[in-house]
Amino acid sequence: MSAGKSADKGSGKATAAVTNVVLAGLGGQGVLKASDILADAALRAGLDVKKAEIHGMSQRGGSVTSDVRFGQRVLSPMVPRGEADFLVVLAPSEVEVARTMLRPGGVLLSPDLVPEASLPNKRSLNVALLGALSRYLDLPTAAILDAIRAALPERLHEVNEKAFELGRNLVARQGRIS
Amino acid sequence: MERQLLSGDEAVALAAVHVGVALGTGYPGTPSTEILEAFSELGGRAQWAPNEKVALEVGLGAAFGNARALVTMKHVGLNVAADPLFTAAYTGVSGALIVVTADDPGMASSQNEQDNRRYAVAAGLPAIEPADSQEAYDFFFTAIEISERWHIPVLFRMTTRVCHSKSVVVPRAAGEQGPAPAPHFERDIKGRVMIPAHARPAHRRLRAKLAEIAAWGEGCALNRLEPGERAEPGDRKLGIVASGVSCLHAAEAAPGASIFKIGLVNPLPIERTRVFAASVERCVVIEEGDPVIADSLRAAGVVVESKAEMYRFGELDVPRVRRILAGDITPELAAPRGKPPELCPACPYHIVYATLKKHDCIVAGDIGCYTLGVLEPYQAMDTCVAMGASIGVGLGLRHVLPADEARRVVSVIGDSTFVHSGIGGLVEMAYNPPATGHVVLVLDNGTTAMTGQQEHPATGRTLDHLPTGKLSIEGVAAAIGIGSVTVIDPYADPEGFERLLLERMAAPELSVIVARRPCILAAADIRRWERQAAELRAKAPAQAAFDLPLAER
Repeated sequence: MSAGKSADKGSGKATAAVTNVVLAGLGGQGVLKASDILADAALRAGLDVKKAEIHGMSQRGGSVTSDVRFGQRVLSPMVPRGEADFLVVLAPSEVEVARTMLRPGGVLLSPDLVPEASLPNKRSLNVALLGALSRYLDLPTAAILDAIRAALPERLHEVNEKAFELGRNLVARQGRIS
Repeated sequence: MERQLLSGDEAVALAAVHVGVALGTGYPGTPSTEILEAFSELGGRAQWAPNEKVALEVGLGAAFGNARALVTMKHVGLNVAADPLFTAAYTGVSGALIVVTADDPGMASSQNEQDNRRYAVAAGLPAIEPADSQEAYDFFFTAIEISERWHIPVLFRMTTRVCHSKSVVVPRAAGEQGPAPAPHFERDIKGRVMIPAHARPAHRRLRAKLAEIAAWGEGCALNRLEPGERAEPGDRKLGIVASGVSCLHAAEAAPGASIFKIGLVNPLPIERTRVFAASVERCVVIEEGDPVIADSLRAAGVVVESKAEMYRFGELDVPRVRRILAGDITPELAAPRGKPPELCPACPYHIVYATLKKHDCIVAGDIGCYTLGVLEPYQAMDTCVAMGASIGVGLGLRHVLPADEARRVVSVIGDSTFVHSGIGGLVEMAYNPPATGHVVLVLDNGTTAMTGQQEHPATGRTLDHLPTGKLSIEGVAAAIGIGSVTVIDPYADPEGFERLLLERMAAPELSVIVARRPCILAAADIRRWERQAAELRAKAPAQAAFDLPLAER
């Protein structure tokens, strides 16, 4: 895993300031829930945001990916292949399938980052990985936590807040990608 | 109003509530399903119809009654609804009728990738195409305005990416809209009874309306010129004509280009496009699916480039638009294939497909979760073409195959699909029975599972899960005159199911086997709704009337 810097970032153009995140996993793992939370957090931070995925057949245990893009102005809702700044993968089997989405020097956050035993609840891997991702993003933590609470029923708030903190602490502060 | 992050489907639902749509109806189909679900959650009156033809007719009736009506379906649903659609273009409407067709370029969850902009041309209807959720919201108001101003149904064409992508929507302020017109009946026999004597002038009226809309459309706000982010004023090297989500891909792929964005895709703003095309050195049409815009422009003598044939297939995205603009026709790298979907591990129908495979049945299949029986490990489906087609196709095979092969033919259809368009097939079976008989297997899991567990007439619950009249699948089969009708739970009694299937296949008779077991994903919800219905009945006995057949109410 590397927190590479992008040479083509920071050119001052509006679209160049867009952050591209791809989340991948299998149906039922909470990929779409995680991307909903991330997109909502960007909205709460006052940014333009778009999120794209394919529903339907993928719900039956197949591969699921979801694209989240945010910045001052987002055009296409889909992250172009090979241009994701971050790839968050929830299922080990999906790492190789989704890897081509990542740009050279982009950051891969894979499920082996989070030891299963350390999770407060197995189903909170998605939120733990969001916690890890949040270290790299220029989004206020409060906005992400608010988005988590808005997306989940109250009885799941505590366990997911713990999972988020766990993920955050697993990644030493890498500094955001400018 | 506050910024909201909405899918295109949710944005349409919100607009429908804000504009005062009196009735929303449709049939579930990816990617359109969430429109009516969201409309219902927002307080709109939403109903599932047994199929898209009925939905369109119900919506048309509401619009004849001066109401604002919304009808939703996926692209192939419009094939089912095409019969009333074409003549509704002649009759027109008194209120408003918006027909959402959700196309699926790339076939994320469909059996074909037909381009329903063609329907707008064929039927003679105005068609509007939004690019994102804000436009889905805004354009819906314009669709209502067009429908009411010209008394004409409007096709609202969305695509998978527009339906399911979420983007920011700023809704209109509450009360910004005036009240919707009050429904009432005004007799108009010449306008609505399409006997030939009335239909001939109606066709002329339709063409006159379209000519007016075309003239209005040239200057309307649905079509607009968007300078690219990096386009310098006076930079006229590259112009792009695009519609729908392709506009956004194009704006990203070619930040230096000027884009003429077409939101009214029928009738097209030909003259404005002609001026635009003449103002740039190179003009390229970027559109998903068929070259509908490019062909129309070229037929009108507008000089534009169209994409290469290879880009007719599948969705467009930013990299593909870059390739189109570069004239790159080298083979595209295939994206790595992920894990395909499969029947849920605890799906009650594993045993059905294992049995069909074991006995080498020739399976005329249908559309739903159970279509996944075609994949490993069963590969137990031989045909899948259209909703309800399993029965007709199975009968055709039975009619012509040698008897020993014919006896192996089984039609397999789900409960919602049976109600949608399987009943006519069963009537055909009773009317023209094959010499070897036939076996129809209805996989009744108590929900429209594939599209996300929607209700249908045979669940006995409405879209919002309240009790209503319940269609009996076995009762319908018996009433049609099918000699052998059996209900069995294949999960609870796999041996009994196998014996029954073999017995019915061997008998030269007509058989319907209803294999009934709730969808594993829906079972808990179904129990909850049943409890809720029981509580309703206990609290208000009058509600129990909904559980009775209409004749007994």
